Amino acid sequence: MKKIKLNIDNKTLEVPKGTTILDAASVVGIDIPTLCHMKLHDMNIENKPGGCRVCVVEVKGRRNLAPACCTEVAEGMEISTHSMRAVNARRTVLELILSDHPSDCLVCAKSGKCDLQEMAQNMGIREIHYQGAQSHYREDTSPAIIRELDKCILCRRCETMCNKVQSVGVLSTINRGFEAVVSPAFEMNLDHSVCTYCGQCVAVCPTGALTEVDETGAVIRALSDPSKTVIVQTAPAVRAALGEEFEMEAGTLVTGKMVSALRRLGFDYVFDTDFAADLTIMEEGTELLNRLGKYLGGDKNVKMPILTSCCPAWVKFFEHQFPELKDIPSTARSPQQMFGAIAKTYFADKIEVKRENLVVVSIMPCVAKKYESSRDEFAVNGNPDVDYALTTRELASLINISNIDFKSLPEEDFDQPLGESTGAAVIFGTTGGVIEAAVRTAYEIQTGKSLPRLDFEELRGMEGLRKATIDFDGTPINIGIAHGLGNARQLLEQIKAGESEFHAIEIMSCPGGCIGGGGQPYHHGDVEILKKRQKAIYSEDKNKTLRKSHENPHIQKLYEEFLGAPMSEKAHHLLHTKYFDRS
Amino acid sequence: MTKIKLADKAVELIKGICAQFNNQESELINVLHQVQHKLGYLPAEVQEVIAKELNMSVAKVYGVVTFYSFFTMLPQGQHPISICMGTACYVRGAEKVLHEFKRQLGIEVGQTSVDGRFSLSCLRCVGACGLAPVVLVGEKVYGRVSPQQVAKIIAEYQEACVNPQTA
Repeated sequence: MKKIKLNIDNKTLEVPKGTTILDAASVVGIDIPTLCHMKLHDMNIENKPGGCRVCVVEVKGRRNLAPACCTEVAEGMEISTHSMRAVNARRTVLELILSDHPSDCLVCAKSGKCDLQEMAQNMGIREIHYQGAQSHYREDTSPAIIRELDKCILCRRCETMCNKVQSVGVLSTINRGFEAVVSPAFEMNLDHSVCTYCGQCVAVCPTGALTEVDETGAVIRALSDPSKTVIVQTAPAVRAALGEEFEMEAGTLVTGKMVSALRRLGFDYVFDTDFAADLTIMEEGTELLNRLGKYLGGDKNVKMPILTSCCPAWVKFFEHQFPELKDIPSTARSPQQMFGAIAKTYFADKIEVKRENLVVVSIMPCVAKKYESSRDEFAVNGNPDVDYALTTRELASLINISNIDFKSLPEEDFDQPLGESTGAAVIFGTTGGVIEAAVRTAYEIQTGKSLPRLDFEELRGMEGLRKATIDFDGTPINIGIAHGLGNARQLLEQIKAGESEFHAIEIMSCPGGCIGGGGQPYHHGDVEILKKRQKAIYSEDKNKTLRKSHENPHIQKLYEEFLGAPMSEKAHHLLHTKYFDRS
Repeated sequence: MTKIKLADKAVELIKGICAQFNNQESELINVLHQVQHKLGYLPAEVQEVIAKELNMSVAKVYGVVTFYSFFTMLPQGQHPISICMGTACYVRGAEKVLHEFKRQLGIEVGQTSVDGRFSLSCLRCVGACGLAPVVLVGEKVYGRVSPQQVAKIIAEYQEACVNPQTA
């Protein structure tokens, strides 16, 4: 590839043709500030509308300043990123953005994690010289996401995630000039749109314009109510990311400290969603084997492939966009909902607490879980199986409110019986994990043989679409994996056209799977953080004594004492669900 | 949002226009122009059909419709009246003319009269500055319009059309 020689801030360098000034500068350690620009390396995700103009630099011989994020380098360019002209222009642009932004940082949900606030600090803005009009737009509250558009700076990162990455197409910039806002069609509220609540818009929003619905207050009230028994479950991806909220290195596993913190918060029992993940494998794996057995036996009525159903945003996605395929995904509920159903029956009976007095809280890497727990089919007489679903970020907030010094906490273990889990369950937190867990169990049940190996490297990775063939003792099983709903759409189109080669497909809505969920600590565009979380998840799996779901002793006991067998009538009633045509 | 059901004929018409442009997303603006020309306006249901035909999100279609002032989501009157507010027309008294239209029709800019006969809008320069101030009724151009002439212009169209309630 042709090389371009140029000079940035008196440093001479050579970069491939087509490189932007922004990327070239970073090669020589110059960090040009950006606001609207977002690039998730290795994931092919980039947002560079060149709209905010914060990244302008001075190019010798060029009349106007150049936006570094979307200007390609040219031979012999001489660039100054911090000349007086560039700095003044950048400050002016920033002050103009701030002049149309509420100054309520002290009480903003995004304070301390806001890219705009950080930039104002870094640039040393102490005064806003412009007093113009302020835009006002109604607040939109849904079961999971709040849109507060007065804080929107029109960077369009959310639009890129919603359209290009997730292919959901809810958000678009509408109107013109000062009236422009990012909105669903016809300015309808999110809960009337085809929004899946995946929360990737929240994950990339630089300001407080998009946030999750905060339920910490309700949980604090439940914890202080003496008539309630309050129990908590924690999703696998949370333990690989929560530490980041307390200045710990990304990828630090904080399972023990998290349990300890939850106990100090006052939860009566600290349980693990991983337990329910093992249960999911028992149900989903059995369903897979049933369908596969019939299919391989020549039954023309059985539909293939089977699709995983753990991810609520994915479920809502196919209910809106592919209702004709709604019989294909597994009917197994997600681990969160299986946990809730078992907690409010089996466990409630065990501790002799009435359903109404048992409060189930879940800690999730996800904002869609809030929506999922509010679905009508997951409630009995109006009492939901899961009462509150908090994000990883909300848990960090609860810990801070409660004066707990997280870093110095001792490591503690989950309570029993709903806290026992295997390595197969913890990998539910990353792309490829659910299907790997299913393979470990399905293989042994199907073949009656012990697996020769437990690590299926061919199912792992960060590629958006992956496939592998696993040998089930002579029967080749074709497996597909997609993360990101845009990638999932490709597999669904294949199925619709009758061209799918797969027996089973795992789908997770968020890039990276739950480790990159919309409720996780903000990654600010650094994909390395996701990779470190993924590594942490696989290391927890590796360190477990039991690594196959069907070997979980408390799961075996649950079937003996309560459910009977996987796919039994009782299991169907409590652990399976149905899907709706929402088109 | 309450939904109206589009007549099958209208759906066929929209599909036909989209097909003329090979159902290309990049032809959205041309499609919107044609559809508005035929139907008079672009209500939500029409945009939904267009989005489906061009295989794009309805939010994007709505984004384009709201960006360009030419497109409208409200039904236009039988005789759409546009008053030019370009610089030349403005300095020669277009605002007074507009005021007179508003007063006589009893509607604001962007509205349609109760009988569905007239709607009122403003536009920027029709390229006939020598005739300022300029008023368009449908495709007919009126030049050097004074507030005193407004009643006469309106009357021209009131006589021309049949009142559906008395006919």
